[in-house]
Amino acid sequence: MTDLVPGAPRRGRERTDRELGRARAAGAIPWPLGVPAALGVLFLVVPLAALLVRAPWSALPRVLWDQAVLDALRLSLLCATAATGVSFVLGVPLAWFLARSPWRLVGILRALVTLPLVLPPVVGGVALLLALGRTGIVGEWVYRWTSFSLPFTTWGVVVAETFVAMPFLVVTVEGAFRAADQGYEEAAATLGASRLTTFARVTLPLVAPSLGAGAVLCWARALGEFGATITFAGNTPGRTQTMPLLVYLALEDDLDAAVALSLVLLLVSVVVLVALRDRWLRPVSVA
Amino acid sequence: MNLHADVLVRRGAFTLDVDITAMPGQVLGVLGPNGAGKSTLLRVLAGLDPLSAGHVRLGETMLDDPSAGIFLPAARRPVGIVFQDYRLFPHLSALDNVAFGLRAAGVDRPVARERAAALLHRLGLADLSSRRPGQLSGGQAQRVALARALATNPGLLLLDEPLSALDARTRLEVRAHLREHLRDYPGPVLVVTHDPLEAMVLTDRLVVIEEGRVVQTGSPLEVARRPATQYVARLVGLNLWSGRLGRAGRVDLEAGGAVSGVVDAAMVEGDTVLVALRPTAITLSTAQPGPASARNVWGGQVVGVELLADRVRVEVDGPPHAFVDITPAAVTELDLTPGRRVWLAAKATETDVYGVAGRRDP
Repeated sequence: MTDLVPGAPRRGRERTDRELGRARAAGAIPWPLGVPAALGVLFLVVPLAALLVRAPWSALPRVLWDQAVLDALRLSLLCATAATGVSFVLGVPLAWFLARSPWRLVGILRALVTLPLVLPPVVGGVALLLALGRTGIVGEWVYRWTSFSLPFTTWGVVVAETFVAMPFLVVTVEGAFRAADQGYEEAAATLGASRLTTFARVTLPLVAPSLGAGAVLCWARALGEFGATITFAGNTPGRTQTMPLLVYLALEDDLDAAVALSLVLLLVSVVVLVALRDRWLRPVSVA
Repeated sequence: MNLHADVLVRRGAFTLDVDITAMPGQVLGVLGPNGAGKSTLLRVLAGLDPLSAGHVRLGETMLDDPSAGIFLPAARRPVGIVFQDYRLFPHLSALDNVAFGLRAAGVDRPVARERAAALLHRLGLADLSSRRPGQLSGGQAQRVALARALATNPGLLLLDEPLSALDARTRLEVRAHLREHLRDYPGPVLVVTHDPLEAMVLTDRLVVIEEGRVVQTGSPLEVARRPATQYVARLVGLNLWSGRLGRAGRVDLEAGGAVSGVVDAAMVEGDTVLVALRPTAITLSTAQPGPASARNVWGGQVVGVELLADRVRVEVDGPPHAFVDITPAAVTELDLTPGRRVWLAAKATETDVYGVAGRRDP
């Protein structure tokens, strides 16, 4: 001990930061909570680890440069982005309406709109067929007038993904509209701004962080969409075969390829998580 | 443009029922406790809340008239408002905040920004124009909010508790600025406040509202000198009693006891009157005083002792009940603890007896 530690000779050794932390945390987690928590972590992490452990690293370039894979990847990115675009255009006004409408039945509407969140995607696909298929209640008329039929086309993929993914955006953005301080909108009104101007110049910028989060969430969900897509749009390579469909197909004859493709989707998911980290791990303010 | 507002608003059990007129260039203060209906009044004038009945007219323009089916929403009223919490748009710079109203009115962006910049310059805020509200101090934000409200040349300016969000030191500085700018503004101004000093300094005329009704109107000086209600008396730090005028300036008080004072010439025996007495004009002793010039002498018990900035306010149970201001040293010397028996004395010349003319009983 030197003079640099005043009082050290009298009081003895000081606790290090680490010891201070340990002393504070002592007994913080009782084992009936700690053990299940640890098991929970293992349960979630081990499968992902298995994916990495069993990855055919040497075969990776061969598998991923395959034309079918590149087609599926391109199609996936394209369709997910288009679905996010459609969700944005329709979902943001819808979220605003759900958040601000004084209408009594808006609760029922909200339940209907968020139903696809909990609906099995396959059921969504069947429902889409019945509505927009060649003999569907809407699709029949469209086909009769334009001889265009949505199912089993790339547009069908976009529609299926939008159906499943849009509620994620709506729910996220509606929460933001609800939480946004309406005092700013009142201030805009007293300055002579119409409701539309207020929406565009005040409300939307205020909830911009949540718009971003909602869009990313929606995009990620669309990218991974399987059930509704295969039901409504089928599995045609280059046209409706997205990555998740390809993974499932590959699993039957080429395990290495399935694992390699899964790795790509895992990577995308990690990127999404990192992109959203700030939004999700930070206490919500206006957004 | 004159503002004339005959306001009736019902919201559940609460009713706001006031009649207000403000002349161009006049700063009208609306003073009242929390929940009195001040903010509701402001919202009605701004068009953020509709009237239940009555009318709001600015110059020749009817802004709200339920019986005629007229309601101009906030966006179409020539009314500027500075909110208590300012509500500057957090995503826009000070300049764009000020330019917002002009842009909403269809003015081209460069022109709007130029005019906003000129206004900021006039208010001494030119250096701050590129800052976001989050980077402004409370006093700066207050002035930017004022600039924003003034930018569209409104015919009526409303200020909601303009200084309440500021700390004591900033308040002093902003108050001076504000008074200057309000003096320059040509239209009627309404300042809502519960701070008596703010009301005295900023306004030309006061309307006191309690429980949704006007209880007193008058110049700030009149209101401060001759308060009509206990609420105002507390605000301006006066003892106030009501009673009936008897002979020779003697007033029998409603709550018991009697005092003598200088009686307003308009009062006659038998009138209901108010009696105001400054806490500093009362002397306090622990023994019954002998013969003295003070006409008002009464005994009571200390019920409370509160330290103010530079003196101590002692609450004495009468009758009449009174607040007495003394020095901290005197408190120790006289051992003034609650329950202590004391004697109060005040000269009749310090005791102001006046009618309830400015007062409107609810």
